[in-house]
Amino acid sequence: MSGRLLLKGGRVIDPGRSLDADLDLLLVDGQVAELDVRVAARGAEVVDMAGLVVCPGFIDLHTHLREPGREDKETIATGTRAAAAGGFTAVCAMPNTEPVNDQAGITRAILETARREGAARVWPIGAITRGSRGEELAEYGDLREAGCVAVSDDGRPVASARVMRRALEYAKAFDLTVIDHCEEPTLAQGASMNEGPVATRLGLRGAPGVAEAMVVERDVMLAELTASKVHIAHASTAAAVDAVRRGKARGVRVSAEATPHHLLLTDEAVRTSEYDTATKMNPPLRAEEDRQALLQGLRDGAIDCIATDHAPHTVDDKKVEYDQAAFGIVGLETAVALCLDRLVAPGLLGLARLIELLSTRPAALLGLPGGTLAPGSPADVTVLDLARRAKVDPARFLSKGRNTPFGGWTLRGAPVMTIVGGRIVFGTRR
Amino acid sequence: MTPPSYPHRHLLGIEPLEPAHIQAVLDTAEALREVLDRPIKKVPALRGKTVVNLFYEPSTRTRASFEIAEKVLSADSLSIATSTSSVQKGETLLDTAKNLEAMNPDMIVLRHSASGAPHFLARHCRSAIVNAGDGAHEHPTQALLDALTLRQKKGRLEGLRVAIIGDVMHSRVARSNVWLLTKMGASVVLCAPPTLMPPGIETLASVTYRIEEAVEGADAIMMLRLQQERMTGGYFPTVREYHARFGLTAERARRAGKDVVILHPGPMNRGVEIASEVADGPYSVILDQVTNGVAVRMAVLYLLLGGAET
Repeated sequence: MSGRLLLKGGRVIDPGRSLDADLDLLLVDGQVAELDVRVAARGAEVVDMAGLVVCPGFIDLHTHLREPGREDKETIATGTRAAAAGGFTAVCAMPNTEPVNDQAGITRAILETARREGAARVWPIGAITRGSRGEELAEYGDLREAGCVAVSDDGRPVASARVMRRALEYAKAFDLTVIDHCEEPTLAQGASMNEGPVATRLGLRGAPGVAEAMVVERDVMLAELTASKVHIAHASTAAAVDAVRRGKARGVRVSAEATPHHLLLTDEAVRTSEYDTATKMNPPLRAEEDRQALLQGLRDGAIDCIATDHAPHTVDDKKVEYDQAAFGIVGLETAVALCLDRLVAPGLLGLARLIELLSTRPAALLGLPGGTLAPGSPADVTVLDLARRAKVDPARFLSKGRNTPFGGWTLRGAPVMTIVGGRIVFGTRR
Repeated sequence: MTPPSYPHRHLLGIEPLEPAHIQAVLDTAEALREVLDRPIKKVPALRGKTVVNLFYEPSTRTRASFEIAEKVLSADSLSIATSTSSVQKGETLLDTAKNLEAMNPDMIVLRHSASGAPHFLARHCRSAIVNAGDGAHEHPTQALLDALTLRQKKGRLEGLRVAIIGDVMHSRVARSNVWLLTKMGASVVLCAPPTLMPPGIETLASVTYRIEEAVEGADAIMMLRLQQERMTGGYFPTVREYHARFGLTAERARRAGKDVVILHPGPMNRGVEIASEVADGPYSVILDQVTNGVAVRMAVLYLLLGGAET
């Protein structure tokens, strides 16, 4: 990328360097060149950032781009445009495509398409096991070399403790983090929501919270045994947060993410929406005490980052009976605004902490470029307008997916500009 | 007859109803039941109204009951029975309903294995929707006919002690009855093996695992059907032990109040959840339930389809 862009007079927050000040930010040839109280334009295009928050680009550790194979649900082009519109400069693409990203050739194809058509950066995640079937390990060396930044069988748990142990051990050779979708399959079988009083009232089969927590406990123990790195995808229960917290306290290399929907909604939403399938995802929306524990985890560091689990589906996949509907909701275009309005504005979370959860930590966890505005780092920048008020309108999403429970919510605070490699991929100059 | 107040467009469940609405249906059913004793069992109340009975699950009693109720009230009706497994290979529920709607029915009576299916139709269709049983969620007309039967036999609902015994976990009948009876001031005790007791149900009714405790002093006992697929589903060791520990035997029935009535929504598994001598015994009101089923469904049709205009 070439060109010079000067972001003038914004409130720059870079949590990795404990920075929060009104500064000018100069981006040159795809890198951060200068960050100072006053930077001369010297021929750069100048964008006025007065009143806006300038932060290191947000990175989503958990995105389903669906390409290859399910381009009816999403493509790399539409998914990354949605990411850019939602303030994300990079997304980590889960491998449960068709075919599963369990081979270097598929990884390279994804990266090639992303280079050609992507609005945001794409970091592919390879499969833990071939076909994500939970049996034989995928070729981590090849996957890493082709560009995978982690491995995961997301969408499915690694049911076998033995396979999980081997994955954690083998991943160490290539410095890959194993991201696990924690769910004991025999307990969660056939479930379409959280087990508990609400599921009982609705007559829907529920998955108990312990189906997640016992696998988190297992993974923490196995990470300890193998001295390897495990990342807990979409933690949703109080017991899972607690297991991660205890693991960290004794030095286990475990990290965890939480999604905006688990932070903001509970299983009551299934009831109040009268079985709206936009409330169906896996892990399911949990109880209020679980939600509170996730919020606490964000504050005390048990939870490392916020990830969307962006899971686009077609209308047909969702416009059916509740127990037949596909799991998952879109998140890229709502996550940041939801967090600003529902977590930062009411004081549940500081703004700098939110940026840390969306940028600094995700970059650090997987060793990705970015997550900072230090000179020399990639010119990936997210710009926020804390005063901007907008109504969530699924019809206007850039994602192909419209499946969200947040339609109609009015949110204050929004991403207004996204810059990837020094190029404005979303937003307009003022 | 001045129709009592029933302000809802659909009947999706008992949970959203207020006691006065339940009262209205029961009073209407009481009044309409007389029609069934006439030599010519037909009134013109719903002449010109069209009702579609859309049944995605096998049903004898409920479907026949709705059909008779529709005919007695002079509605034009048709019944479509279909297998629920057609989702993969055939038409979706929504497409089926939309196609039926194109023929302008006034009401769809839906039986479906998916909890919430009637709510889904109510959201996307113009017709009035009556839930004739959805998954393990609700079976509102069953609870209403049970209540009508109890009211006839006991003269009231308030203050009754009712034991509901059997596969509570998978039972829409249990859930609808818990809502109805507790709203009307009865007290409900649920009894099942712990593996068939749905988590969190204790927030709605009291719970015991001992059938003797459940029936002790009960004014009414409702037995739930143990579905075939549960018998081998690993919920309990054997059908023999189920009957021995959780079945309603004559000896256990004697622990109840002296004028106890025994209900069962049918179809019964004789020798499993209920012994034949109890099912056929003097306290059984199982066949009264069936007769009342027609009256209750007449009332629901009448109240929802604005029979007052005729």
